[in-house]
Amino acid sequence: MNKPALPNSFRTGPDEQGMFGIFGGRFVAETLMPLILDLEREWSKAKDDPEFRAELSALSTFYAGRPSKLYFAEGLTRHLGGAKIYFKREDLNHTGSHKINNCLGQILLAKRMGKKRIIAETGAGQHGVASATVAARFGYPCVVYMGATDVARQSPNVFRMKLLGAEVRPVTAGHGTLKDAMNEALRDWVTNVEDTYYLIGTAAGPHPYPELVRDFQSVIGTEARQQMLEQEGRLPDTIIAAVGGGSNAIGLFHPFLDDKDVEIIGIEAGGRGLDGIEHCASMNAGKPGVLHGNRTYLLQDDDGQILEGHSISAGLDYPGVGPEHSWLRDTGRVDYQPILDDEALEAFQLCTRTEGIIPALESAHAIAHAVKIAPNMAKDKIIIVNLSGRGDKDVHTVAKMMGMEI
Amino acid sequence: MTTRIDRRMAKLKAEDRPALVTYFMGGDPDYQTSLSIMKALPKAGSDIIELGMPFSDPMADGPAIQAAGLRALKGGQTLKKTLAMASEFRQGDDETPIVLMGYYNPIYVYGVDRFLADAKASGIDGLIIVDLPPEMDEELCIPALKAGINFVRLATPTTDDKRLPKVLENTSGFVYYVSMTGITGSALADTTKVATAVQRIKEHTDLPVCVGFGVKTAEQARTIGASADGVVVGTAIVNAVANVLGPKGEKTADPAEAVATLVSGLAQGVRSARLAAAE
Repeated sequence: MNKPALPNSFRTGPDEQGMFGIFGGRFVAETLMPLILDLEREWSKAKDDPEFRAELSALSTFYAGRPSKLYFAEGLTRHLGGAKIYFKREDLNHTGSHKINNCLGQILLAKRMGKKRIIAETGAGQHGVASATVAARFGYPCVVYMGATDVARQSPNVFRMKLLGAEVRPVTAGHGTLKDAMNEALRDWVTNVEDTYYLIGTAAGPHPYPELVRDFQSVIGTEARQQMLEQEGRLPDTIIAAVGGGSNAIGLFHPFLDDKDVEIIGIEAGGRGLDGIEHCASMNAGKPGVLHGNRTYLLQDDDGQILEGHSISAGLDYPGVGPEHSWLRDTGRVDYQPILDDEALEAFQLCTRTEGIIPALESAHAIAHAVKIAPNMAKDKIIIVNLSGRGDKDVHTVAKMMGMEI
Repeated sequence: MTTRIDRRMAKLKAEDRPALVTYFMGGDPDYQTSLSIMKALPKAGSDIIELGMPFSDPMADGPAIQAAGLRALKGGQTLKKTLAMASEFRQGDDETPIVLMGYYNPIYVYGVDRFLADAKASGIDGLIIVDLPPEMDEELCIPALKAGINFVRLATPTTDDKRLPKVLENTSGFVYYVSMTGITGSALADTTKVATAVQRIKEHTDLPVCVGFGVKTAEQARTIGASADGVVVGTAIVNAVANVLGPKGEKTADPAEAVATLVSGLAQGVRSARLAAAE
């Protein structure tokens, strides 16, 4: 693949067609096209509407608990003996992850558009819980599509969604993971176009979703940048986030994209290794293709059939990635590296023991990379890791991996 | 230039009867069986063949067509083999139009230019690509038109009068009106609404309008055919194949024969559509 010409700024995308270079776009059935154009119109009005911004800001503060803290992880830093490690504590948000940032923004859009019903897809269940939460808060019926495999491995989150009044529909097609849940959510949307708002959980899908999800999640990076300037008087040297669809990552990265001295690293799920097919590293081992409304790097065979990935983390178990990440990869602005299941599991335990923080398995992938690089960096260097979610939901998976029954 | 689709539509117009457009999944349950189904279609009364290209993630399709696609992929079907199937069919039939229907990714990965050249050489007349709306015309629609292949567009109940001209702009061959919002294989829409919608589209275009989604019986084909230029049947055909497959995919009867029986009935339905309307 030819490297695209470097732009003056990395923060101006997407273009009017919803493209980030060759990535993104609106590859959807005609039935959905008018809805997507509606959403784009409503979003462009809302984003500059002071009333919309004020309502979102108030909810973020008093409901979600923002700003989330930028925390100096002293125990982990001391243990590794190199660069200073900071955690952006998205795990402390209401519902336990960054997903609430996007859900609050989108539920306000749904309200503006006069929609009557919310649907969402979920992998780990974090987005499903956040969707069910905002649906409860704003009085909407909510249907969450979740792969049957994920329903089994994330049972605490399934119960939380049900408590919140959402209907969880297990999807048995394919491997029963996030990809299949997204197909089913799209089928629901195509059928119920009149009254239904599709609350996509990641920075992927047809334009304008990648843009609007990114903008709602960019609060992470905007805060982190400001907090770092206040706490250390300078920008970080390196920022790291895990990438499944990539919403927490693009949220942290986007405000830093034009800070040329800040190294940005996205972590893909390396699963059991990139030489086989048991991973979800679409940008390291996939190639560009079209799925779920956008062109992006995908795990696929030579015939263009989408492959099922594998990750220990349900939230990273997706064969694609948000289109802006694909573009950032090709421009070279962001470096995307894989972390294996075992490395993530080790980092999960290390973080828990040295910091007293149980991270989500997704976030543990980002921590694992910091564990790799921090010891080789000088002590005056600074790393920010996006601690995108809390790990309570993963204790069953981790116990099983450690050979324990709980 | 005209394609086989244009010629066939003109001929049917002269006969004053709607076209029977039949969809089946290429490679379901295997290449040879599928080819025999394809060969049986025109003999049973199909006027236009929609040849389904299987895709792992068919987002606009219901359970029946999803399952057919997975059976085909499991049977080793690829885009290359689907084109080969069309080619083999063409050796015995140079008249019946073939429209490839499916999703964009396999074509994108195959390479658009290479695909169009190979499709043309295989006797393909048109394309229906579900996930390429007019906003993405530069991807495949415009190159296909340049290559002399029709690009058949879907219009839906959500396509309002303001949007219709955009949808119709680069459409050729015929317009495929999806009679309802939803996935393939859902219940049939209200037929009076369908007639109104066909009329609405015809105010914007001279192209034939074919109607699909939900047509399963000869009676329904007859009713829809009274107002539409063509009736598309897909899920019912795919089900006819599934019905003669056992739990392990083994054939309990001849799929081509099962499809032919169904299609013959549907063909009678469309052939009596205008007679019924005139009564």
